[in-house]
Amino acid sequence: MSKLSINNLSMRFDLPNGSFVQALKDVSLEIESGELMSVLGPSGCGKTTFLNILAGFLSPTEGTVTLNGHAVTGPSAERGMVFQQGALFEWMSVRDNVSFGPRMAGRKKKDYMDNVNHLLDVVGLQDFKDKSVYELSGGMQQRVALARCLANDPDVILMDEPLGALDALTREKMQGLVLKLWKETGKTIILITHSVEEALLLGQRLLVMAPRPGRIHKEYRLPFAAAGVGKDLRVVKRDPEFGEKREEILSMIWDMEEEIMGRTEEAKA
Amino acid sequence: MIVLAIYIAIFCAAFIVVRFVISKIRVRRDFTSLKTVTFGDESAVRPDRWASFLSVLTLFCLWGAFTGSDWVPFHAPGPFVGDTQFTYTMEAPDGARDDATVHARVFPAGEKGDPQDVAPGDGFAKDDSIALAAWRSDLLLMDKNDEFTRKDGAKVVAIDGQPVSPGSRIEVANGTVAVTSKGSLNFVPDPGMQMEPIWLPSPEAVVARVKEISVRGYQNFTLWEHLYWSLFRVIVGFLCGAIVGIPLGYAMGLSGWFRGWFDPIVEFMRPVPPLALIPLVIIWAGIGESGKIILLFLAALWIMAISARAGVSGVAISKVHAAYSLGASRWQVLRYVIVPNSLPEIFTGARVAMGVCWGTVVAAELVAAEKGAGMMIMVASRFQLTDVVLMGIILIGVIGFSIDILMRKAEDWLVPWKGRT
Ligand SMILES: Nc1ncnc2c1ncn2[C@@H]1O[C@H](COP(=O)(O)OP(=O)(O)OP(=O)(O)O)[C@@H](O)[C@H]1O
Ligand SMILES: [Mg+2]
Repeated sequence: MSKLSINNLSMRFDLPNGSFVQALKDVSLEIESGELMSVLGPSGCGKTTFLNILAGFLSPTEGTVTLNGHAVTGPSAERGMVFQQGALFEWMSVRDNVSFGPRMAGRKKKDYMDNVNHLLDVVGLQDFKDKSVYELSGGMQQRVALARCLANDPDVILMDEPLGALDALTREKMQGLVLKLWKETGKTIILITHSVEEALLLGQRLLVMAPRPGRIHKEYRLPFAAAGVGKDLRVVKRDPEFGEKREEILSMIWDMEEEIMGRTEEAKA
Repeated sequence: MIVLAIYIAIFCAAFIVVRFVISKIRVRRDFTSLKTVTFGDESAVRPDRWASFLSVLTLFCLWGAFTGSDWVPFHAPGPFVGDTQFTYTMEAPDGARDDATVHARVFPAGEKGDPQDVAPGDGFAKDDSIALAAWRSDLLLMDKNDEFTRKDGAKVVAIDGQPVSPGSRIEVANGTVAVTSKGSLNFVPDPGMQMEPIWLPSPEAVVARVKEISVRGYQNFTLWEHLYWSLFRVIVGFLCGAIVGIPLGYAMGLSGWFRGWFDPIVEFMRPVPPLALIPLVIIWAGIGESGKIILLFLAALWIMAISARAGVSGVAISKVHAAYSLGASRWQVLRYVIVPNSLPEIFTGARVAMGVCWGTVVAAELVAAEKGAGMMIMVASRFQLTDVVLMGIILIGVIGFSIDILMRKAEDWLVPWKGRT
């Protein structure tokens, strides 16, 4: 159904001083419909750049992205995006934010309102639907952002550290919510995170990227996301295999960071 | 100087009284009152309403006290009014001396009256009688009724017993007497510490003038018509400026071509004060309505264009991206994201523009106009009608202030999310 193919993607930022940053180099990947893939990597390895290309906000210097067989050239409603924070429209109520996509598409109110109400129920904001966005807490705002994206019924949902700005407890609850929504809707989700635990918990596939140039370092297929749906995520975390994987990936990222440091020292010397 | 000293004294006294007396009675219980760091935390500095009230009251009382207003119970010492006298000693050519008394009658400012009847008295120097109004002076030809005049070689050698010569100045009861170079006497009654109405009229005079001009009018138009015309010009000019400037600013914020084309014009016109355009506008459009409105249009245009442009560049890119990936078209992004997001900036610009327009219209009317608040005070000042001038200034201030308050209220109402993202 909605298959996302990424072929030999490279992205190069030319800087004004004549040098350049190779943010991505030769990234190739196939993502099947309904997959939940998390992306990890040290800071600056090109994760956001990767996601922006998938969303269509940037065109790559080389390579192509195709969704369901046609090329991605710009943003579109079939690829929804959830940002870290600050992307809600403060001048609209919670309900108007959630129903933004259908309204822009010109659909009739009675056609989409049921779905919007259902989504507000799912994210637990039915009581807040007439409130302004700025009256909500950070966690509530992220739930609005999730609901807004889902109300538009995209084929692929792209998330750039959607839970990064939340406290640990809220974050855990939201992780459960993401899993639940994934199971319920069967969407293809690509989720960038800085947290190894989150990547393990939520990623059916896990992509570890390496910096300079940004590239795919290693890929895992994990059982935790499928097993975790509807369960207490802390039980999942106590699984010895989970612990093992976490250690493995953490030390992998540490090694990368050290390599970067080493290279910077060399460059100086 | 004295007024300034009094003002500072009242400021300090009021501060101490309010601080230590009233604050004890009135205990605030809200979040800000629980902040311990207030010095340096701007949000914790709230204007003390008592201070504002006392500040206005103080200014009013000082005004009343130094103009002898009936509305204020205490006054600075006023000018001397009533009867007073001094003596001069005349020396005849042969060295003989005789004293005469000058009876001065000082009327309240603006009134006229007859001098006292006095008997000439004995000796060759006869008593004199003069009448004058407060704050005025009177040149006294004391020898007119004397038996010897200055032509005969007689001269004044002393006043109230103190020896004098031409050019000297002597304190007498309730005034001073100066001897002019020609030997005559100039009597100046005590001016006191109050201001002459021609410099600073009392509050009731200004209020009376408001009533008079609002009914009878001044320079062919009533007060309200003058103010109406000024306001009308501001509003029309501002609206024209906003209607052209805001879309222009959006275009500059959204399209490279528009920005490139208009940047030099806007950046060049921005630092030119609208007042500097008055002469040119008068040459082009005369002193009628169209000239004023063109001027105000130009004053508002650049401000509104710049604020709309800043509003567009202030939109968080993630909001725009989010809208596009929810399927919005360019037009929808403009309508639902960029315009609402730029409203706070536009309101800030509109407040500035309204202030500038109001100042500019008054200035333009000062230069040339047939009606309007500025024209009214300019003409009044030529006729030394200080009360009209003062009234005009107060009303101009009140209106400017009201406009700003209205704009702020509209902003709170239309842009409730301002500063809360
Ligand atoms: N607009 C740009 N111009 C120049 N360089 C850029 C630009 N955007 C990103 N880069 C560079 O590309 C590289 C990848 O950036 P990117 O934002 O994708 O990293 P990231 O993996 O998302 O990092 P983080 O985890 O900190 O968010 C960085 O070295 C960055 O400096
Ligand atoms: Mg990033």
